[in-house]
Amino acid sequence: MSMRGTNDEEKTDLTKEESRFVRARSRDLLGSLLLPIRARVIAAVFLVVISTALRVSGPALIAFGIDSALPKALVGDYTPISLTVFVYLSAAALTATLTYFFLMVTARASQAMLFDLRNRVFVHTQKLSVEFHERYTAGRVIARQTSDLESIGELLSGGLSELVVGGMFMLFTAGALFLLDPESFLILLVALIPLAVLTRWFQLGTNKGYRQQRVASSRLIQYFVETMTGIRAVKAFRKEKANENHFGGLVEDYRGHNARLIQLFGIYDPGLIFIGNVTVAAILLFGGFRVLEGSLGIGVLTAAILYSRRFFDPMEEIAMFYNSYQSAASALEKISGVLQEEPTVPEPEKPVVLKDVKGEVAFSDVEFKYATGSTVLHPFSLTIPAGQTVALVGTTGAGKSTLAKLIARFYDPSSGSVSLDGVNLRDISNAALRHEVVMVTQEAYLFSGSVAENIQLGKPDASIEEVIAAAKAVGAHEFILSLPDGYQTDVNKRGGRVSSGQRQLISFARAFLANPAVLILDEATSSLDIPSERLVQQGLKTLLHNRTAVIIAHRLSTVSIAQRVLVMEHGRVIEDGSPEQLSQSGGKFAALYKAWRDSLV
Amino acid sequence: MQPELSTFKTLWRLVPFAKKALPRIILGMVAAIGAHMFALSIPQFLQNLVNSLVAGGIDALIPAVVLILALGVAEALFVLLRRWLVLTPGTFVEADMRNALYAKLQDLPVAFHDRWPSGQLLSRAVRDLSMIRRWLSFGLVLLVANLLTLIVGLVILFSFNFWLGLIFFIASLPIVVIGFRFEKSFGEVARLSQDQSGDLATRVEQAVHGVRVLKAFGRGGFAADQFATDAKALLGTEIRKAKAVANIWLYLILLPEFALGLSLFAGVLLVADGQITVGTLVAFVATAMVLRWPTESLGFLLGFTLEAKSAVTRFFEVIDEPDLISDPEKPKTVADPRGLLEFKDVSFRYPDTAADQPDLISNFSLRLEPGQSVALIGLTGCGKTTLTALSTRLYEVTGGSVEIDGVDIRDMTRGELRTLIAMAFEDATLFSSSVRDNVLLGNPTQSEEDLKQALEIAQAQFVYDLPDGLDTKIGEEGLSLSGGQRQRLALARAVAAKPRILVLDDPLSALDVDTEAMVEDALRHVLTTTTALIVAHRPSTVMLADKVALMHEGKVVAFGTHQELLKTSDHYRYVISSLDAAEKAREVNL
Repeated sequence: MSMRGTNDEEKTDLTKEESRFVRARSRDLLGSLLLPIRARVIAAVFLVVISTALRVSGPALIAFGIDSALPKALVGDYTPISLTVFVYLSAAALTATLTYFFLMVTARASQAMLFDLRNRVFVHTQKLSVEFHERYTAGRVIARQTSDLESIGELLSGGLSELVVGGMFMLFTAGALFLLDPESFLILLVALIPLAVLTRWFQLGTNKGYRQQRVASSRLIQYFVETMTGIRAVKAFRKEKANENHFGGLVEDYRGHNARLIQLFGIYDPGLIFIGNVTVAAILLFGGFRVLEGSLGIGVLTAAILYSRRFFDPMEEIAMFYNSYQSAASALEKISGVLQEEPTVPEPEKPVVLKDVKGEVAFSDVEFKYATGSTVLHPFSLTIPAGQTVALVGTTGAGKSTLAKLIARFYDPSSGSVSLDGVNLRDISNAALRHEVVMVTQEAYLFSGSVAENIQLGKPDASIEEVIAAAKAVGAHEFILSLPDGYQTDVNKRGGRVSSGQRQLISFARAFLANPAVLILDEATSSLDIPSERLVQQGLKTLLHNRTAVIIAHRLSTVSIAQRVLVMEHGRVIEDGSPEQLSQSGGKFAALYKAWRDSLV
Repeated sequence: MQPELSTFKTLWRLVPFAKKALPRIILGMVAAIGAHMFALSIPQFLQNLVNSLVAGGIDALIPAVVLILALGVAEALFVLLRRWLVLTPGTFVEADMRNALYAKLQDLPVAFHDRWPSGQLLSRAVRDLSMIRRWLSFGLVLLVANLLTLIVGLVILFSFNFWLGLIFFIASLPIVVIGFRFEKSFGEVARLSQDQSGDLATRVEQAVHGVRVLKAFGRGGFAADQFATDAKALLGTEIRKAKAVANIWLYLILLPEFALGLSLFAGVLLVADGQITVGTLVAFVATAMVLRWPTESLGFLLGFTLEAKSAVTRFFEVIDEPDLISDPEKPKTVADPRGLLEFKDVSFRYPDTAADQPDLISNFSLRLEPGQSVALIGLTGCGKTTLTALSTRLYEVTGGSVEIDGVDIRDMTRGELRTLIAMAFEDATLFSSSVRDNVLLGNPTQSEEDLKQALEIAQAQFVYDLPDGLDTKIGEEGLSLSGGQRQRLALARAVAAKPRILVLDDPLSALDVDTEAMVEDALRHVLTTTTALIVAHRPSTVMLADKVALMHEGKVVAFGTHQELLKTSDHYRYVISSLDAAEKAREVNL
């Protein structure tokens, strides 16, 4: 199916089949969200049924008051009218109270549901592979989790109860009219035909419009986020004007879609009022004749008119919240698409339990290709014995990072297998794997929060003493103490206030704290100054003792602590041996090593 | 923090933005009131009709029904008119405000962006503005129209019968009190809820941008827990909001019904007493019914208004932010730029630095002659990157000045300054567009020649092998490139801008030794004619420069050639030399 997952999600012109598929998917999601809160939903339905029934009884009581109690009052008997008013007031009090409880129950239910959905999307996107994030882009993931979820939230917090109350009210009003005066009810029934036609027209017109609107809003968000995260480069290269123009175009696009939707609504809403008023006039005309004939009481006619008028009352509200319903529905379609995506690096069904991991990593007949078909790693086999420190060397784009990411299972190989202590990585649960294999990358991302919290990411239950010990081990302690609040210093957005070298030190401390069996360092020291690097090297010697390590570094200083060097080029390992052997072999590594030594002072 | 403005004053601030739309919005209110008046007048004629029916006259029936029909059609037409008048202008207001916010955000200094998480900015740009639009074209119009309708309705009720009207009036009085109480209770939680969803958006943004780190450490679950905690807090706030709404609804349903019940009783007594006719009673009840929706709607319209108020407040929090780094009123220009860059006694501290902390940069002086290239060396965190940012006013010096060819950079436009200086950042930010657009971003002529040359200098020829060559879309929404590839493109971008002065922040850190050597060879040619400030950590990068400035504790402590400094400065040797005694011994063995 072409619409599976997030494929073609920006398509707005769906065929019948596609649209059925997408709808069914979001219906399933909705069902699964409703399941845990079904008790509350039932309670809400119960409350709304009773309170609406009570409310609808109002005009009937008034009719009774005018037709029966009034004549009695004219002859001096005030008991019936007192009784009627008493019942009327009690019903009103009860209606109001029940409505209050209904609103609270729906609020709790719908907020619980929204909470559930938020968490599901968050957890699921975290679960999805790096490959998905690269393809789908951060901006879109953010749009799904912000504006899409908000439009669902808006429906749940405001519109849904209105929709239900309004719908119920119409149903009961029609029912009451039927009991009161079947002939007037028939007229109302006839009025339902143009009503249905108009509604269908509106629905068809807006369906596509809402999809377009969601796409436009998500483009807007992507561009916005990109500008704000890259604000330095925007300013440095005077991109502001060009950005304003482009963003202006996206804003206008979004506005256009919105305006078109609103225009449709602007026809629909008065259309409803028109149908309603014509119906009231018709009921009045026929009712009038029957009153003249004497077959209908004035009170009943009054009630019939009140009912038929009130029947259309909630239509405007319903139509208005139908707006937010539609918007939420297309948001849900998109979200259900993301939830349908499966991690390309799936969790095993029956994970093998790892015990006392030694850290032997083996590649057997591994090949890696991109989905586009270009080969990144040609088939190879390789064993890294437990405890060995291996340096990966080679030009940019040789495939070093890919090889490293295969060990961390950011990707699965296109063919062949990678194993840890003889267990295929595909058979190890994610949690267990992450416990044993940790990768530190060049891009040392810091989350907002304190330095200590950022280091604790390596081991959330670590005490502050452990955090400090880790920072000391990698030589980060000194600079952290020099920060305004030491370990409690807030690192700010994107680590704005901490230099990139310091960021790398923090992320090193993180890895140190995590204490894995296999450690992968992908250019993790590129921004360090030489004294810091020297400290890290010291730390590494302790850290890597009895631990398997794969180190990618352009600076060959790291090689000095490696027991083995792999030289890679164009997706192949071309040299493999100890640094001593290779540096004297006269091959690629020897040349690189010489060039690097020459560059030092 | 500014003192909090009243709801009315806050919303009044929308006027400049809504100016163009305002006449139509006001006409829309008139149309809305018109529609309501037609709806209100229907029961008046009902009165005559009922009375004539009681009298048994068929003559009155047909004209009365026709009249009521005509009024009904008129109501529908006026609603159509209202919609037509109000809705499109509202979308323009929203779009204008969104563009204004975006422009302001791009204009605000980097220090602002350091302080504000982008999630908070995003929720302002999207959610808050669409809320304001809906309020303007719907909430405001209906609020005014419904209030006026209520007043007119009350007058009509009084005109039917004084006592019946009085019952209604007294019963509606508590609504005012309830409204004020609601404003307080709901206003607070509405703001809280908007802030909390901004925080949640920030969590999302960080978890998405940091997904690789979270995966590498298997901390997805941990992040999810944090997210859930925040989401739970928002849930609590939403429930409080719902409680406030449910509370006001309770009264808004109760009060009109109460009034109706009581006036029915009184009405029957009055009919029995012969003071009013049955027709009047019927018309009274029907009018009261028409007034029910405007009354009930007050609850959510008030809530809506309060939410719009805090959306407006949040919007103006950004718009009111003083732009501390702006263009001078009478900008000077450098007539014949030669590329002399001079830091004169520069000091800098971040705005939120505690008072007892020393300046990050203090009394920093450095003069780069035209065409000279200087490497800036110092320990990580000593302020090198910050200093580069000062040279293009990404941050503003807090003392001293930066001058280009004798002109203080604060005296020229930012546009001119940033034409004279091009930067390559260490974390190479690329935008979602083609390779060509990214590299030629700062190039004034968009010349293919410059593009080719810049790519060559940065050794970024790999781009020709990308699926669509120079037209391949890269950046966030395009093909993902490796760190080394991104860095080379960022370098090519700086070179292609053809500036008088290049500022390069550790531009080669992600390159391998071979590529680095090639880039350096090519870059040397450019640097013979261009002034350059190069932040470096490695001896190999230092070699690019004519002179070296050693930075320590916020100032230049040594200046000279690499060889000179090696001889004279202990600190320089400590910072730059990676060969300690043990390693030197090891080198002999290799």
